[in-house]
Amino acid sequence: MTAKPKVVVAMSGGVDSSLTAALLVHQGYDVIGATMQIWDSEREETDDRGCCSLSAVGDARRVADKLGIPYYVLNFRQLFQETVVDYFVAEYAAGRTPNPCIACNRYVKFEGLLQKALALGAEYVATGHYARIGYDDARGRFLLRKGVDQTKDQSYALYHLNQRTLKHFLMPLGEYTKAETRQLAREAGLAVADKPDSQEICFVPDDDYQSFLAAKAPASLKPGDIVDTHGRVLGRHKGLPLYTVGQRKGLGIAAGRPLYVVALDTDRNQVIVGDDNDVFASELIAGDLNYIAFDELTAPLSAAVKIRYSAREAPALITPQGDGQVRVSFETPQRAITPGQSVVFYDGDIVLGGGIIGKVVR
Amino acid sequence: MKRIYFDHSATTPVDKEVAAAALEYMTEKFGNASSIHGFGREARKAVDEAREKVAALIGATANEIFFTSGGTEGDNLAIKGVAFANRKKGNHIITSAIEHHAVLHTCEYLEKHGFTVTYLPVDEYGMVRIEDVKNAITDKTILITIMMANNEVGTIQPVKEIGRLAREKGIYFHTDAVQAVGNYPIDVQEMNIDLLAMSGHKFHAPKGIGALYIRRGVRVEALQHGGGHERNLRAGTENVPGIVGLGKAAEIAKQEMAKKVTYLGKLRDRIISEVMAKIPHVKLNGHPVERLPGNANFSFLFIEGESLLLNLDLKGIAASSGSACTSGSLDPSHVLLAMGLTHEVAHGSLRITLGRGNTAEEVDYFLEVLPEIIDRLRAMSPLFGESANTVVNNPCSECHMH
Repeated sequence: MTAKPKVVVAMSGGVDSSLTAALLVHQGYDVIGATMQIWDSEREETDDRGCCSLSAVGDARRVADKLGIPYYVLNFRQLFQETVVDYFVAEYAAGRTPNPCIACNRYVKFEGLLQKALALGAEYVATGHYARIGYDDARGRFLLRKGVDQTKDQSYALYHLNQRTLKHFLMPLGEYTKAETRQLAREAGLAVADKPDSQEICFVPDDDYQSFLAAKAPASLKPGDIVDTHGRVLGRHKGLPLYTVGQRKGLGIAAGRPLYVVALDTDRNQVIVGDDNDVFASELIAGDLNYIAFDELTAPLSAAVKIRYSAREAPALITPQGDGQVRVSFETPQRAITPGQSVVFYDGDIVLGGGIIGKVVR
Repeated sequence: MKRIYFDHSATTPVDKEVAAAALEYMTEKFGNASSIHGFGREARKAVDEAREKVAALIGATANEIFFTSGGTEGDNLAIKGVAFANRKKGNHIITSAIEHHAVLHTCEYLEKHGFTVTYLPVDEYGMVRIEDVKNAITDKTILITIMMANNEVGTIQPVKEIGRLAREKGIYFHTDAVQAVGNYPIDVQEMNIDLLAMSGHKFHAPKGIGALYIRRGVRVEALQHGGGHERNLRAGTENVPGIVGLGKAAEIAKQEMAKKVTYLGKLRDRIISEVMAKIPHVKLNGHPVERLPGNANFSFLFIEGESLLLNLDLKGIAASSGSACTSGSLDPSHVLLAMGLTHEVAHGSLRITLGRGNTAEEVDYFLEVLPEIIDRLRAMSPLFGESANTVVNNPCSECHMH
């Protein structure tokens, strides 16, 4: 057998994963390119927004050809449907705001792809995430750190990685800035060097949640009352999934002062609105926890905490509740803490772990 | 790395003699076969000769051969052409659940345009039963279209008997013979065939050329309009190099038929017997005897066909899990599901299709590499171990057929 370690690179046709493949080829790995097919390929496609669309496959294939590596399209449609789309719909139906990209990372890109890679005899899976993985001798475990480029850091979406998975993953872009990535990609002659980043949720056409949910989960779009924090009815809503905590626009209420969504009450099918002040809260309860820097949290811990991908970190005390959940108490109130989103704990660059926000404590 | 090609049902290498013959009609004898001058006459003569050779391969006469772009076009022209030309006689078509999508999707299209289609089931070997054909016939039936040999499992259908039945009832009989032509002896007279589609690249001619045999007197409506090419049935300047190549490939196939069938049959039988003996929990898909000489199709329980294929590819062996037509997608094959396989078993399928260029040494290498890969994949499979001693039996009610 060859001495070069074999690595499967998850290729989306974008600049990040393309450069990842190029860097690993350059470093002497035995590289196999793979794109995960996660959505119905028979759907006619004229745009290229999704990370796994047909045109993405075309771009990834051309990059693989240029690098001279074998390239495969792997079928993950069933896994994606079950772990991402069904979850997305079910979470909305339960009044939470899901993050499908985290579910996709966790179950499809990491667990699913790792299984396929091991089946191909590979030792590693590589992705183009801006985060760093390394073994820490002092702690005797693998650690996940933020990417060097703080503005592109994607460690928030990776907090679910564990000791078993981390040892099989490579994220070489964690050492680079996005600008360096584009420059290196241009130098490597990759045609995708200047391709724009993908944004929207890949399986919701035109980012139109309303139509998507109306088609996939019509029961989740049940109209109901919009009420204030005292329970007074102010108007009607078109279905809880169409509202997000912190939202101001599109409520259809003329109140003479700005109103914001404060909470979604699934039991009563109500959208609760209030003043900007009401959107702030100081505590949350999170479950579905995963820790990377240690095995279990047994005592209260001070950490920098991030409540959504785009949020700033805020200092907080994390207290285990003994029931598989933690209470996160912030030093200062946080705006629009949203059940269903992930909460991630940091110590400097190090990702300690994270979980999913269950409820907001007021 | 050594590369071994075991995917001849997907496509075959163009024969060097065929390529040379075709090349001459691109560079030197480039005339338009419809032109009146010498260049045109030279091309026309070549087209006429090729038509004779293609006809000879299947026991037809030259004026019953119409050149097409390949199998899919031939199936479309046969099925839609017969349907549209004979709709006054009836609107019912009989086909099978295991046809190629060129037939299935064409039938589905016709269902949207006033026709009704019966999709016959198949037995566990992937064979259509004559009784089912007989029972499906109504006074509205105008066409029966059943493939000659299945592209995935290689099962050869009782074409002669179906043809006889159709002839007795005055119903046209079309067969998609894309996999069979050039690889299996065919006589359209003896087999009672009214229409037959073939594709050049399945027997060492180039891609993009094929032919439809239409028995003299069968009414077919043209689908493509323009000039009067192919006797007003298929407008468009003749693909002379392709046609010349198809003719040459047909000539060679006819000469080599007996030898090829014997040679491939031996290699195939060795693969089947050794795989069945060496590897536990394996099932042969398709008919044990009535199958294409070069086709072996297995289901390996507890593993995914996709991982198996990619591992073979990384070892330089090109095989497939079924049809090559749905690029990227490795959903369970509609053929295997129609044969009664469960999703799990259908997922672990592997198709080996041999060609005349394959050697006993290549088969040896494959038989050496395969068990290692299967062992490794099974060692990783959560399904294996717990259930290795139980029979996989999990009928899936949600399977749908095209």
